[in-house]
Amino acid sequence: MSDHAAHGEHSHGFAHPAPVWQLIAVFLALVGLTILTCFQASLGLGELELILSLFIATIKATLVVLFFMHMIHDKPLNAIIFVSSFVFVALFIGFTLMDAHAYRDTVELKDVPSPRAIVAPAE
Amino acid sequence: MANDTATLDPAHAHGEHADGHGAHAHMPFQAHHFDDPEQQFDAGKLGMWIFLVTEVLFFSGMFCAYALYRSLHPEVWTFASQFLNEMLGAFNTGVLLFSSLTMAWGVRCAQLRQRTGLVICLAITLGCAAMFLGIKAVEYTHKWDMGLLPAGFYESQYLPGAHHTGLSSWLVRLCIIPGVLTVGFALWYLVTLIKGQKRHSEIAGPMLVTGLCFFLGAYLGIVIQSFEESSHGTISHDSHVAAGVDAGGHSDEPASRSPGDPLPEEIDQAGGAGLFFSIYYCMTGVHAIHILGGMVVLTWLLVRATKDQFNEQYFGPVDYVGLYWHLVDLIWIYLFPLLYLIK
Amino acid sequence: MSAVATSPTHSQPDSDNFLIYSKGFLSWALTLDHKRIGLMYLVAVMASFFVAGILALVLRTELLTPTEWFLTPQQYNQVFTLHGAIMVFLFVIPSVPAALGNFLVPVMLGAKDVAFPRLNLSSFYLWVGGAIFFLTALLYTGLDTGWTFYTPYSTTTRGPVVAATMGVFILGFSSIFTGLNFIVTINTMRPPGMTWFKMPLFLWATYATSIIQVLATPVLGITMLLLAAENILHIGIFDPKYNGDPVTYQHFFWFYSHPAVYIMILPGMGVISELMSVHSHKSIFGYRFIAYSSIAIALFSFLVWGHHMFTSGMANVASLIFSALTFCVSIPSAIKVFNWLATMYKGTVQLNTPMCYALTFIFLFTIGGLTGLWLGALSTDRPLHDTYFVVSHFHYVMVGGSLVGFLGGIFHWWPKMTGRMFNDLWGRVSCLFVLIGFNLTFLPQFVLGSRGMPRRYAHYVPEFQELHQLSTFGSYVLGAGLFIALGVLIHSLMRGKQAPPNPWGGATLEWQCSSPPPFYNFSHPPTVNEPYNYLPLQYHGEELGWEYVHPSHTAAPSIHPAPTKS
Ligand SMILES: [Cu+2]
Repeated sequence: MSDHAAHGEHSHGFAHPAPVWQLIAVFLALVGLTILTCFQASLGLGELELILSLFIATIKATLVVLFFMHMIHDKPLNAIIFVSSFVFVALFIGFTLMDAHAYRDTVELKDVPSPRAIVAPAE
Repeated sequence: MANDTATLDPAHAHGEHADGHGAHAHMPFQAHHFDDPEQQFDAGKLGMWIFLVTEVLFFSGMFCAYALYRSLHPEVWTFASQFLNEMLGAFNTGVLLFSSLTMAWGVRCAQLRQRTGLVICLAITLGCAAMFLGIKAVEYTHKWDMGLLPAGFYESQYLPGAHHTGLSSWLVRLCIIPGVLTVGFALWYLVTLIKGQKRHSEIAGPMLVTGLCFFLGAYLGIVIQSFEESSHGTISHDSHVAAGVDAGGHSDEPASRSPGDPLPEEIDQAGGAGLFFSIYYCMTGVHAIHILGGMVVLTWLLVRATKDQFNEQYFGPVDYVGLYWHLVDLIWIYLFPLLYLIK
Repeated sequence: MSAVATSPTHSQPDSDNFLIYSKGFLSWALTLDHKRIGLMYLVAVMASFFVAGILALVLRTELLTPTEWFLTPQQYNQVFTLHGAIMVFLFVIPSVPAALGNFLVPVMLGAKDVAFPRLNLSSFYLWVGGAIFFLTALLYTGLDTGWTFYTPYSTTTRGPVVAATMGVFILGFSSIFTGLNFIVTINTMRPPGMTWFKMPLFLWATYATSIIQVLATPVLGITMLLLAAENILHIGIFDPKYNGDPVTYQHFFWFYSHPAVYIMILPGMGVISELMSVHSHKSIFGYRFIAYSSIAIALFSFLVWGHHMFTSGMANVASLIFSALTFCVSIPSAIKVFNWLATMYKGTVQLNTPMCYALTFIFLFTIGGLTGLWLGALSTDRPLHDTYFVVSHFHYVMVGGSLVGFLGGIFHWWPKMTGRMFNDLWGRVSCLFVLIGFNLTFLPQFVLGSRGMPRRYAHYVPEFQELHQLSTFGSYVLGAGLFIALGVLIHSLMRGKQAPPNPWGGATLEWQCSSPPPFYNFSHPPTVNEPYNYLPLQYHGEELGWEYVHPSHTAAPSIHPAPTKS
C-alpha cells in the first residue's frame, strides 16, 4: 500500500503505520459528519430522521473501523469476525422486536391487567 | 505461518513461564509458546477482535431494550429527549473523536518507535477521556437535581419541584475523588520535578493533566449548560415542560398528535419518561464504565511507553488497547444520535 | 522435521512430566500450564458436581412422599434452585470445555500451550471467585427463583438476586475467556501440517462451543446486569409496573441460555466422536459431516431460543418460526448420531469403559433429542410445558448427554492425564449402574409429565406416588454408579498401573506424547498425521500399548491417500 512507500523505515512485515494525513482526514470527516447529523436533526424530518441519523452514524463507524482500527490492513478473518457479530445482534434485536410488536396487538398493558403482569410465583 | 518449529531444547523447556526469554530471545516480550513476534501479534489481535465481538453483543442487550421501547412508545422518546442537552452531547462526541485520533496516532508512534510521540498521544487520549467524564458528570448531576432518574425514582416534571440553580451538590460530591486524585498527581509531579526523576515526571505529568482535564470538562459542561438554558428558554424552571415539545421548533408538531395519543401528563411519569431515563442511564453509564476501564489500561500503556518498550516488532498492547478505545468511541457514535438527537 | 518421530515410550525422563516437574502449592496455584489448569478445573467442577448431585438426591428423597416430609416448600424451592444453578453454571458449562478442553486442545493441536496462558489462569480464578460469590449468595438467605431468574418473581422476591446475578456475571467472564482462548489457539497456534481438516473432531466441537461462548455469554452478562439494576435502581425494563415487559427478560435470558445448552452438549459430542472412532479402531465415518454439523449446531442454536417461551405469551408468528427452526436444529444432531453408528459398523469394537459410556451417551442422547421434538412442536408443547416431561427431557440431554460424555472423556483420557490405568471391569460396572439408574430415574418422569405433573412442586397428588418412588430409587442407583466411578478413579490414582503413552490405540496427537505429557507437551515437534487412520498403529501388549509406526520414508501421510485436500 501507499504507506509502505511513505514509510520505508519499517521493513519487518506486519506493522502498518497509518500516514498522519490519513488520520487527520478521517478525524475531520468524522467531525464534519457529527455537525451534519446535528444539522439534520434540527430539520424535523420525522420518520426519515431516525434512518438518516443511523445512516450517518454508520458511515462514521465505518470510517473509524476501517482507518482508526486499521481493518483495511487487517486479516480478512478479523473483519469477518467483527462484522458477523452484527448479524447476531440483528437476530437478537430483530426477533425480540418482532415478537414484542406482534403480541402487543393482543395485549395492552396500560388498560387491561395483563396475564403476565399478575403472574404469581409457582407456589 | 510457514516456519520451522524449532526443536525445544530441554533447558528452555524447564524454564518458568513467566520469563519469556529463552533460547530464542529475539524479543524481550515474546512469550515462549509463540514461534515469532508476528504469530504473537496475530494471536493477540484476533483475541482482541473477538473480545470486541463480546463487547458488541454485550451492548446489544441495551440497544435491544432501546429499540423495543422506542418503537413501542415513540412519543415518550420525543418527549424525554428534550431534557438531554444536545450541545453537551455533540461536544462530548467531538472530545471522544479527538481522543480516537490521538489513540490511532499513538499506535502509529508505537509502530515507528517514537517514544515521546507515543507518550504525548497517550496523555492527550487520557485527558480527553477525563474531559468526557467531566462533561458527563455535569449532565448526570443536572438531571439528578431535576428528578430525571430511572423509572423507580423518576419525579414528574410537572410537580413544582425545587429545581436547582447554581452548582449542583451532586456534582460537588462527584468531584471529590477526581479532586483528591488531581491533588495527588500534582504533588507527585512536583516531587518528581524536584528529585529530577525524568521518567516518573513523564508519567505524573500526563496524570496531572488528566485530572485537570476532568475539571476543565466539568467547567465547560457548566458553561455550555447555562448557555443552552438561557438561549432555549426556561425548560427546567417552567412548569409547562411539555410545551417544550411544541415550542421546540416545528409548527407541525401539534397537528401530528392524533386524539388517541397520550397526553404529556401521561408520558411524564415513571412508566413513560422514567423508562427512557432508565435506558439512558444504563447505556451511558455502562459506556462511562468502559471509558473508566479504558483509562486504566491507557495508564498502564503510558507507564510502559515511558520505559520505551514498544517498537515495530512489539506494539501489540498499544494496538489492542487502541482497538478497544475505538470501539468505545464507536458505541458513542451510535448513542449520540439515538439519545440526544430525537426531535 | 523429516526425522521419524520415535515412540516416546521410554525415551523420556520421568521428571519431565507436567505433574511433577515443579512442586509445591504455588507451582500449581500460579501455573500457566494449560494441563495443570485443566486438572484444577477438573477437580473444581467435580466438586461442584458432587454438591449438586447430593442436592438432587435430597430433592428426590423429599419426593418419596406426596406431602411434606423433611423439606418445607420454601426449602424445596431453595434446594432445586441450588441444584439447578450449580449444575448449570458451575458444572455442566465448564465441565468438558474448561476441564478436558484445557488439557486437550493444545495437545491435540500440537501446540505448546493455549494462546493466552495468563488469561487461561485468570479464567480459572474468575470461575473460583464467581463460584464463591454465587454460593455465598445462594446459601446466605436462600435464593428460590430457579436457575432462570425469571422476572417478575426475581424482582419481587426478597432473595439475594443481586449477589447471585453478579456471581453469574463473573462466571460468564470465565466462560468467555475460555472460549476466546480456544478460538485464538485453534486459529493461530496450529503447527505446520495441521490443517483444519486434520484436526480431531473434538477440536471442531470445542471450536463450535467457543463460538457460542463468545457470542452468547455477553448477552447473559448484560441481562444479569440489567436484572441487578432492576433490583437496585428499579429501571423498569422488565417490570410491568413501569410499562416494562417480563417477556423481554425471557428473550434476553434464552438468547444466551438456549445456545448455552449447546455449550453443554457440543463438547460432549466431540468427546464421543473421538471415543467412537478410537475404540472401534475404525476411521470416523463422515469426518466432514461431523465437523460441519458442529459448526451448524453452533449457528442454529442462536435461532431457536423462543421454544422456551411458547406458553409465556409470545406471539403466534414468533412461536411458529421458532418451532420450525427448532426442528431444523435436530438435523445436524441426527447427522452426528448416524455417523457415530456408521463408525462402529464393521469396526473392531472394544467394549471397555470409555466405549461403554460412549454407547450410553448415544442411547440416552437420542432419547433426549427425540423427546425434544415433542417440546419443539407447538401443539404438544402446550400441555407438556413446565411438566416433568421437560425435566426428564433436559436431564436426558444434560445428564445422559453432557455428564455421560464427560465421564466417557475422563475415562478415555485418564491414562493420559494421570499416567495411570484404571480398573476396567469396575469402570464398566459403574457405567451399567449409571445406565440403569438413569433410565429408572427419568423414564418415569416422562410418564409423570405426560400425565400432568408440573415441575418444581414440592407436593403432588397421591396417585403419582408410585412413579415418583420409582424415580427416586432410580436416582439412588444412578448415584451409586457415580460413586463407583469415583472410586475407580481414586483407586487408579493410588494403585493404578503405569499407563503406556497410547493405551487405546488412538491416532490423534495427544497419544504421541508420553503419559502424562511432558511440560512442553512434545519433546519432539509432533508429526501431524491423519487423526483417524489406524493402519500405522501396532499393538505391543498391555504394558506398552499401541505405537504409531511411521513408514520409513518421510512422506508418512501420503501412503494412505488423504480424503481431504488441504
Ligand atoms: Cu432451548
